[in-house]
Amino acid sequence: MIPAIEVRQVHKRFGTLHALYGIDLEINAGEFFALLGPNGAGKTTLINIIAGLALANSGSVRVMGHDVVSGYREARRMLGVVPQELVFDPFFTVRETLVFQSGYFGMKRNNDWIDEIIHHLDLADKADTNMRLLSGGMKRRVLVAQALVHKPQVIVLDEPTAGVDVELRQALWRFIKQLNRNGHTIVLTTHYLEEAEALCNRVAMLKNGSIIVLDSVRNLISNISGLRIRLRLSPDTLPTALQLLTINHDQGSYILAIEGYSQLENVMTALHAAQIQILDMQILQPDLEEVFVKLMHGTENLESASV
Amino acid sequence: MNGFLTLFYKELLRFWKVGLQTVFAPMLSTLLYLLIFSHVLEERVQVYPSVTYTVFLIPGLVIMAMLQNAFANSSSSLIQSTVSGNHIFMLLSPLSYQEIFTAYVLASVVRGLLVGLGICVVTLAFFELPLYSFAWVFAFALMGTALLGALGIIAGIWAEKFEQLAALQNFIILPLTFLSGVFYTISSLPPFWQGLSYMNPFFYMVDGFRYGFFRASDVSPYLSLGILVAWFLAVSWCTLRMLKTGYKIRK
Ligand SMILES: Nc1ncnc2c1ncn2[C@@H]1O[C@H](COP(=O)(O)OP(=O)(O)O)[C@@H](O)[C@H]1O
Ligand SMILES: [Mg+2]
Repeated sequence: MIPAIEVRQVHKRFGTLHALYGIDLEINAGEFFALLGPNGAGKTTLINIIAGLALANSGSVRVMGHDVVSGYREARRMLGVVPQELVFDPFFTVRETLVFQSGYFGMKRNNDWIDEIIHHLDLADKADTNMRLLSGGMKRRVLVAQALVHKPQVIVLDEPTAGVDVELRQALWRFIKQLNRNGHTIVLTTHYLEEAEALCNRVAMLKNGSIIVLDSVRNLISNISGLRIRLRLSPDTLPTALQLLTINHDQGSYILAIEGYSQLENVMTALHAAQIQILDMQILQPDLEEVFVKLMHGTENLESASV
Repeated sequence: MNGFLTLFYKELLRFWKVGLQTVFAPMLSTLLYLLIFSHVLEERVQVYPSVTYTVFLIPGLVIMAMLQNAFANSSSSLIQSTVSGNHIFMLLSPLSYQEIFTAYVLASVVRGLLVGLGICVVTLAFFELPLYSFAWVFAFALMGTALLGALGIIAGIWAEKFEQLAALQNFIILPLTFLSGVFYTISSLPPFWQGLSYMNPFFYMVDGFRYGFFRASDVSPYLSLGILVAWFLAVSWCTLRMLKTGYKIRK
């Protein structure tokens, strides 16, 4: 099957800054994919190159098999992009904005679909309001509507929930999950890792312009070696042997990193020997956030070690 | 509607929604120029025999207003979109750079022609303006506004701030239009200034446009039109290259 998005050896420089460093990425049709990474990692730059808003210095990108440079017309018809910035044209109303966007794509008799997305995104009572007068959340919905107006197969959302209230965020995700169930490929970037964890099949983690991890959410979480346990102790102190394992200590509780359940026994024995009583113990499930933090720090250490 | 027509229509709607500023204000200011200059100079200057100075002024002022508005249309539309970032919606679409170019140029032409037509209609109520050849008038109106529309695209993309655009308008476009023989024929100028005027493309627009009304001009209208076509092709080539390579708009 043709991948929805295929990125090959893409390099992007801004002057001396090497913003993307040889990105290779394949996203399959029908996937729900997340692009994660700290600010400045290059997520938006990569999306801009996929969308044709920026040009790569080298390498190639295809959307549904169409090269985004030589086959830009077909590639862009397949792609709907929700930009990170809240941009809008202050001259026009919501409906005008959508009708024009639809027209740019040469869509004929598209009013039924436009009505449908206006309805789904809860924009009906603002349809004839000027864009200038909408709140930030409403503008965000219009951006989503604009990206969908030409019924693209692949939908890319660059931080669609940044600065959006909880209610809208949930409504937005319901709608996007629905689109995914209907066969659309979804690619998103987000700062809320729990969102990526709840929604996505696979994630790529980007750092300093390179993909450092590309895997399914399940694999990433299960590959995290070891366990975390939270302990409340009386007295609130640890025997020296266990202090090495501490990764956090506040509000009367310790978090220890251990290799597995077998080491749990050693911890118990050590506490018992020191006559420390366990008031409460929890085993913490690893989540994507932990993977993220670990990987981001891990490579940092590698880098500083190689200097 | 296809993509090109949509963009063209959107660009028309954009200025028409604020038509008071974009069409009626320029009409009014041109009519004020006309009233003031004719009042002050009517008795003192005569350029062509049997043509009063006021009537001589009309075509020059009309095309000047058309050119300034054609330039203002594409340049202000583009700088507003690039500064606010909403130009990306056009760039995300399958519109080709040639379609984008043509839509912006045509919208500039339409606004220029509307302003020109408006002024002509109002002045005809007060003055008798001869019309020798509508075809020449139209040809120069079209070439002039198209050339300024294309220049406006370059300016709108190049400028990153509104002040830069205003500077271009005030220090290049405005002086060149004023020094193009709107208020005089260049045969009355000293040789040095005459020579300089021949380098100014605006001179050929004004001279040829006026020829269409009075059948009198400083240079042959064929030569003027030829020079304008050459200018238009050269400027369009640059504009199309800018759009094709994504200069400043596709990073
Ligand atoms: N137009 C630009 N000119 C110069 N540098 C840029 C430009 N766009 C992005 N960058 C730089 O490229 C890097 C990646 O940015 P970006 O893709 O926006 O990151 P992210 O979306 O992951 O936060 C950053 O260091 C940013 O400052
Ligand atoms: Mg970003």
